[in-house]
Amino acid sequence: MSELRDLYQEVILEHAKSPRNYRVLAAPDYKAEGFNPLCGDRCTVYLSMNGDIIQDIGFQGSGCAISRASASMMTQSLKGKTAEEAKGLFQTFHGIVTGENAANGHHPEIGKLEVFAGVAGFPARVKCATLAWHTMQAALHGEREPVTTE
Amino acid sequence: MSAHTAFARQPAGTAVENCSPAFDVENVRADFPILHTMIHGHPLVYLDNAATSQKPNAVIQAMVDYYQHDNANIHRGVHSLSQAATEAYEAARTTVQRFLHAVSTNEIVFVRGATEAINLVAQTYGRQHLAQGDEVLITAMEHHSNIVPWQILCEEKGATLRVAPIDDRGELLLDEFAKFLNPRTKFVSVAHVSNALGSINPVKQIVRMAHSSNIPVLVDGAQALPHLPIDVRDIGCDFYVFSGHKVYGPTGIGVLYGKAALLKEMPPYQGGGEMISSVTFEKTTYNKVPHKFEAGTPDIAGVIGLGAAITYIDSLGIGAIGAHEHELLTHATQILAQIPGLKVIGTAREKASLVSFVMDGIHPHDIGTILDQEGIAVRTGHHCAQPVMDRFGIPATVRASFGLYNTKEEIDALARCIEKVKGILS
Repeated sequence: MSELRDLYQEVILEHAKSPRNYRVLAAPDYKAEGFNPLCGDRCTVYLSMNGDIIQDIGFQGSGCAISRASASMMTQSLKGKTAEEAKGLFQTFHGIVTGENAANGHHPEIGKLEVFAGVAGFPARVKCATLAWHTMQAALHGEREPVTTE
Repeated sequence: MSAHTAFARQPAGTAVENCSPAFDVENVRADFPILHTMIHGHPLVYLDNAATSQKPNAVIQAMVDYYQHDNANIHRGVHSLSQAATEAYEAARTTVQRFLHAVSTNEIVFVRGATEAINLVAQTYGRQHLAQGDEVLITAMEHHSNIVPWQILCEEKGATLRVAPIDDRGELLLDEFAKFLNPRTKFVSVAHVSNALGSINPVKQIVRMAHSSNIPVLVDGAQALPHLPIDVRDIGCDFYVFSGHKVYGPTGIGVLYGKAALLKEMPPYQGGGEMISSVTFEKTTYNKVPHKFEAGTPDIAGVIGLGAAITYIDSLGIGAIGAHEHELLTHATQILAQIPGLKVIGTAREKASLVSFVMDGIHPHDIGTILDQEGIAVRTGHHCAQPVMDRFGIPATVRASFGLYNTKEEIDALARCIEKVKGILS
């Protein structure tokens, strides 16, 4: 049960219930759709840029607690970051949810996203935690086709 | 030795349902070594039988015996091992033929599974008989494997895939189905039992309706064979397909039943060894059915394992298995209905032993993860039936599907754990 508590931390459950930035942006510079074919989860990410800086970010979609919370907290973390910083943060986040970064010590840039470290104990759920991030990255790359987690 | 294993020693096909010994689930469980596995410190509660079933010792041992004592290629060698392997392979074909009540072993083709069987029919019979403007009719409850092969065929031919609707219970609307049958309809392909909803289709009636317009019918029996007695002559269908691994046999093996007259007229599916009578660079003549459709060295051990699985089921009696599973379904339906916020998806009056459900505000994936921590294996997701999920306006369900070795206590454990899910996630 303790592993479950690691996965479903209070912060995650709170974000899953009341996701932040759960909205469509009126005139986004970038928009992409993500899809997890294994479980049917869907996610759309909207980005408004000011030069290279992410000025505003929103998402919509349907998914499990992990994917909703991950999308919600991602939008909070990325506001004010540059596109390159956003991609770098995804790298670090990916390492944390897969457990690859655990041995590398502290990652101060990850901040509150540390709560997703428990996902590493549940390999089947890594795709839930990364769907919104994959979608965000595809949006920054201007991809028009929906991305999948496969 | 338990009563049923003694019974299994009798020759295949001699078991009569009414003569089955009393069904003793504890005896049955002892036949399945995997059921003693611990998952996260809890005894395994395996409720994902509609995805794949576990294998009894009889199946595992039959395959080990084959590799240890009889392994050789079939239908070719004059040496003793080849003879023994060929006999074991063809004996399994006879076991399947009797279990399905087919007229002849010529009507039993071994394939990789139900999916390959449907693709085979689409790419041989379908390719031969469909033309531009024709229609293939399926239902709204099909598995992707009974949708996509027909889409591929229709795209190639300029034909149209039509879909007969289901109601809110998950039952096929037969009156609507009848309206879809028209002179352009060249093929009907329907599930016997829905994998996502459990609904049992009135396949005999469907066949009668289609045949009155001379339209051939394929019945996808992947979810039916583990639960229902199957008599392909009584159903009257032209093709019947199933997978071995859902019926306590090995993965990678399945069966296409086809009426002999149809199989004979169909072009081959794949070219290669075994499916030929003679080959020159100018011309090849094909082997007789069913061998015409079994190109290449087949999964011999898989066929032998499948034969052992069917003999095992026959020894328990498919009627007795069905009765036990119906009790499980009734118990599960009652006990799950008492959980506030839980909604069962698929409430057909005729149902096989599975319960698909959703819960208010809790995603199936989260339920599946938490159940797994208690050793309970269920399937979560769209069950390869995305159009069914769309029909009910949901992205996914949790599906608990029961097999012959499941118990009411396991279903009670499921219900208790669902309450726990609510405690963790609400």
